[in-house]
Amino acid sequence: MVITQPKPFSEILKFLDGKKNIFITGCSLCATSCMTGGEKEILDMSQKLREEGKKVTGYAVLDPSCNKLQARATLKKQKQALDSSDAILCMACGDGVQTVAGLVNIPVYPANDTMFIGEVERIGHFSEACRACGRCELGWTAGICPITRCAKSLLNGPCGGSRDGKCEVNPENDCAWVLIYKRLKESNELGKFMEIKSPKDYSKAANPRRVIVGK
Amino acid sequence: MGLKQKLESGGFAVTAEMAPPKGTDFKRFKECALAVKGMVDAVNVTDFQSAVVRASSLGAATILLEEGLEPVMQITGRDRNRIAIQGELLSAGALGIKNVLALTGDHPSFGDNPQAKGVFEMDSVNILQVAEILMSGKDLAGNDLSGAPDFYLGASVTPVYDPMELQLMKMKKKIQAGARFFQTQAVFDIELFKKFKDAMGDIDTKILVGIIPLKSPGMANYMNKNVPGIFVPDEIIERLRKSQDKVKEGLKIAAEFINELRRQELCDGVHIMAIGAEENVPTLLEMCDLESAA
Ligand code: SF4
Ligand code: SF4
Repeated sequence: MVITQPKPFSEILKFLDGKKNIFITGCSLCATSCMTGGEKEILDMSQKLREEGKKVTGYAVLDPSCNKLQARATLKKQKQALDSSDAILCMACGDGVQTVAGLVNIPVYPANDTMFIGEVERIGHFSEACRACGRCELGWTAGICPITRCAKSLLNGPCGGSRDGKCEVNPENDCAWVLIYKRLKESNELGKFMEIKSPKDYSKAANPRRVIVGK
Repeated sequence: MGLKQKLESGGFAVTAEMAPPKGTDFKRFKECALAVKGMVDAVNVTDFQSAVVRASSLGAATILLEEGLEPVMQITGRDRNRIAIQGELLSAGALGIKNVLALTGDHPSFGDNPQAKGVFEMDSVNILQVAEILMSGKDLAGNDLSGAPDFYLGASVTPVYDPMELQLMKMKKKIQAGARFFQTQAVFDIELFKKFKDAMGDIDTKILVGIIPLKSPGMANYMNKNVPGIFVPDEIIERLRKSQDKVKEGLKIAAEFINELRRQELCDGVHIMAIGAEENVPTLLEMCDLESAA
């Protein structure tokens, strides 16, 4: 899931400076789960904007905001409200904002900061485990991502800084390499660790990336 | 005799570590370097140690060469991608720098510019690997070089580490990638070092034991609490506490430790990290039973 956090309201107000009529979009998937762009958050935002003297012309929870065809169909039904709007405040991830921005010809502003691809540990607790590096290493790292969970993305084992199995950069995090070592050892696969890994091919992560299934 | 000849001929090598200045004034750096000239086999120059902005290790190593000292140029993967690392190594080779010590590098969050983006495209193993490739006359992508460097490659190891097996596996990878010598994290307890030596088993390489002369009990406590892999035993802290001149006592403790390492033939040399008190290194070396290097 794409993890988002709400931007400070003051930052949002700055975007909307001089814009009176605001249409709000949310997202039915990730932003709803993150409590940053579901119906409830949209209604809260509407209230706050009204208190600032704005007029909320309408809202739509896109299903989801990153699906261009879906978003276009939903927004079409809102043509009237959109025609009377000066701007859209998009309560989705950065991708969702750009999808909406590509479909309308009024300014679209983000209400959220997009943080990472993450796991939902429990409601409201998200952690990052994959950085979409383009060539997955999990096959030899006991299912623990060194690119993401090691603060230095090391591929050949731990730095000298781990202490009591914790990462030197943030002692709240486990050292990914101590975890990988323990799991590889448990499954008798430590041999995989001894192979020297050459520096990663970062051309696989050169953005912007595009995937066309079948090609 | 250079560091390589000293170590490879079975001698006991002494290296000292110096950080390049924060600024362009190399006066103190040069003074401290000249003060150990003839007493050490080589001087390490750190590469933006602790992720702090300073003059670069390549620049400082070049200045050491000009002053007639042999540098060990440290290089980390924190601030450079593979293009910059290869370029830095080629420049080092052309300038006559023989010894290179590869490190992964401290995270930028520890430094004085914590907003920096850490690169870490290559770790210590990769830097050793690429140095070897450059020495063979190619770059990492397989392109030909006009002129290849010739390095004596080193790396670091932390003798107090849990799990030890993991540390030793990484050490083996460094050797496989090209490391010929190791400088260790600072050690204060000879028994802990012996344990590490035992754990090393048949790993065949040159080990320079890291030495930090303590300046106060507070410094020892601080390191015990905050520096991974450092363990100063209570007896030493107690000895410092009881002493009148703590700096001198710290030097004495370090000298006794070096002499003991040497007497028991536990290592191939020592690496002195005076961290800010480089002017004390000549005094320390005079207190040890060492033949002069030059
Ligand atoms: S190696 Fe890590 S970052 Fe890359 S795809 Fe796999 S989980 Fe994601
Ligand atoms: S302590 Fe472990 S997780 Fe943290 S940077 Fe070092 S190797 Fe990576």
